[in-house]
Amino acid sequence: MALLQISEPGQAPDPHQRRIAVGIDLGTTNSLVAAVRHGVPECLPDAQGRVLLPSVVCYLEGQKRLVGSAARALQQEDAANCIASAKRLMGRRLADVSGTLRLPYELVDQPGMVAVRTRQGLKTAVEVSAEILATLRQRAEDTFDDELYGAVITVPAYFDDAQRQATKDAAQLAGLNVLRLINEPTAAAVAYGLDHGSEGLYAVYDLGGGTFDVSLLRLSKGVFEVVATGGDAALGGDDFDHLLAAWALQQAGRDTEGAADRSAVLAAARSAREALSAGEDTQLDCLLGSGRLHLPVSRAQLEALSAPLLERTIAALRRVLRDARVQRDEVLGIVMVGGATRMPMVRRAVAQFFGPGAESRVLTNVNPDEVVAVGAAVQADALAGNAPDSQLLLLDVIPLSLGIETMGGLVERIVERNTTIPVAKAQEFTTYQDGQTAMALHVVQGERELVADCRSLARFELRGIPPMAAGVARIRVSFQVDADGLLSVSARESVSGVEARVVVKPSYGLADDQVAQMLRDGFDHAQQDMQLRALREARVEADRLLLATQAALHADADLLTADEQQAIATLMEALRRVSAGSDHDAINAATEALARGTEGLAAARMNRGIRQALAGRRVDEV
Amino acid sequence: MNIDDDDFTLFGLTEGFAVDTGMLDHRWRELQREVHPDRFASQGAAAQRVAMQWSVRINEAYRRLRDPLARAAYLCQRRGAPIDAERNTAMPRDFLAQQMAWREALDEAADAAALRDLADQVDTGQRQRLQRLQHLLDDQPDAAAAAAEVRALMFLQRLRREIEHRLEPHDA
Repeated sequence: MALLQISEPGQAPDPHQRRIAVGIDLGTTNSLVAAVRHGVPECLPDAQGRVLLPSVVCYLEGQKRLVGSAARALQQEDAANCIASAKRLMGRRLADVSGTLRLPYELVDQPGMVAVRTRQGLKTAVEVSAEILATLRQRAEDTFDDELYGAVITVPAYFDDAQRQATKDAAQLAGLNVLRLINEPTAAAVAYGLDHGSEGLYAVYDLGGGTFDVSLLRLSKGVFEVVATGGDAALGGDDFDHLLAAWALQQAGRDTEGAADRSAVLAAARSAREALSAGEDTQLDCLLGSGRLHLPVSRAQLEALSAPLLERTIAALRRVLRDARVQRDEVLGIVMVGGATRMPMVRRAVAQFFGPGAESRVLTNVNPDEVVAVGAAVQADALAGNAPDSQLLLLDVIPLSLGIETMGGLVERIVERNTTIPVAKAQEFTTYQDGQTAMALHVVQGERELVADCRSLARFELRGIPPMAAGVARIRVSFQVDADGLLSVSARESVSGVEARVVVKPSYGLADDQVAQMLRDGFDHAQQDMQLRALREARVEADRLLLATQAALHADADLLTADEQQAIATLMEALRRVSAGSDHDAINAATEALARGTEGLAAARMNRGIRQALAGRRVDEV
Repeated sequence: MNIDDDDFTLFGLTEGFAVDTGMLDHRWRELQREVHPDRFASQGAAAQRVAMQWSVRINEAYRRLRDPLARAAYLCQRRGAPIDAERNTAMPRDFLAQQMAWREALDEAADAAALRDLADQVDTGQRQRLQRLQHLLDDQPDAAAAAAEVRALMFLQRLRREIEHRLEPHDA
């Protein structure tokens, strides 16, 4: 079989050519991008040499916007249009966030996800996050002077499905090819574990700006296996600031008027809290509409205020160990991640929890701001195929159980929390009325028994069930959670031989056409022609698959008959032909055809891989 | 090696109730190293789909083999005595009185000490029944009797969870 060498000007035919892949830590307070360069993972600085990008977007007059430090600088003067801590709003409805947080901008409820009212109209956290991601993408592309192949984006381990989906939507909106969503504590463990050659049980305590995670991992020869995870997706350094700000106002008998005041007192509380990590006393100082607010605050006062928050993190730690059936002394080390772990009381509380003499096991010798992005970069490099000899493998879990609503508003759990992903599970349900032809399904996530106490992920209806007596129909509901931790659900009635089937994507996420609309609306790519963008993406995807297929055939062509080889060659040729044209739909169709046509080859190669691996191991054991 | 092979074949283990969990963990990691979608991230959609199916299948088999009760239920089913707990309630004869006594003890447990004492008793009961189960599956195969033991153990597992739940506020 003659395989044509594909080689176009400016394009290397070598499938092993290094691809530029980055890790992005999309944080509540700061965001970072990192990449493996010359074999070393490192955070990429901006033109001014700063690696931290403040996660703030400011919407200015005249459709302009600022991202990062410049936006943060405007926060007090233009609080209503400068959106910070957008991560706390990801995949959330107004009811989820109101009451818990007093944010210095106006929130508006809308279907799917809460939005912020700015002078440029309503902005969701997805759009705000996309601005931050696009800025980091630009930074990476400037650094390498090339286009990115893809990115690994980190999310809090305790993010539910809605929050993960929202993060992926934001990345898509920023024009990033998402190689994988990975959990922040897992990324931190990768950066730490690989550096120190660690083996055994490690905990990661990750207190970020707005989220708290704790994961327990077993490290073994490059495999990072998450045993259990827990946390609180709405608890972080921000909350300490809010408490301190409220306390200061109360002490001074003052109140805030308007967004600017709230923003000012929060900023002052944050600097005071940060100062108290180094010193015992400081001043909280800011200018409110009604005059200056100035008062001394001591570390002891901050610690007294924060005790309940700290106790919540320790309770989560306790539960994770219980879930994993692990004793405190079995944990070899506790990796401290997130800027908020610089607070001495946090380190002290964690050491105390792990018992006498545990101080030496509390590992603070990593940069708590950078470690997540660095770990993500290592994984991105491996996923891009740049590290073929890498032994790195992340086996993560779902943080919260997934289930379905049954009669009486109760939850029937289908996938238990801490189940290793990817996972597929199915359960059978039946009709409760004679002649019932439709069934409403409500997918929820959470640990509580009542639907009302869990997060609603999606509702859909299975129609066209043939009329049968009550209890006869067999409706099989299947849950599938992929390696990104994202859920898809399908339902099928099988008794009658008639099949009805529906696949849902959880409803809070943006539909694909909504994303397309937002792109058309000019998000950061106003000058770019959508058609050209789609064409470029289709060609990249086509080339990627052609190269992969060629490599597969090169290695394992003997798995195919001559006819099968010919069929694949024909599909490849067809794809190359349309790729030269400019019809992106045709390219996508031909790509999909080749993907389908090589599925058998992929399966056969996989079987061979496993057989070889098993055979190899047996020899080792003899 | 086929994705439709039984769990034991997939993990290269002899079929039976007794398994070496260290070996099981080790093989799970090795198999995932071969099949996980991350290993095929740069190889196109077809490989991704197949890897996903394999990875899901390996995780399913691992979960079942790792958990003694799930493993026993799987063996019973393969030997023609499915557990079918919703319709079939056959349980060992000595179990009924014992479980009623434990239920009562749980209702009456007034403090953490009583709950912990009950938890210890149930743990001992579980250990004894697991030993009997191993005997009924590996030494003197009797799938129907083994299935009855599995049902009893499922009951004890629920009971144990309830005790745990009641103990949670005391654990802080």
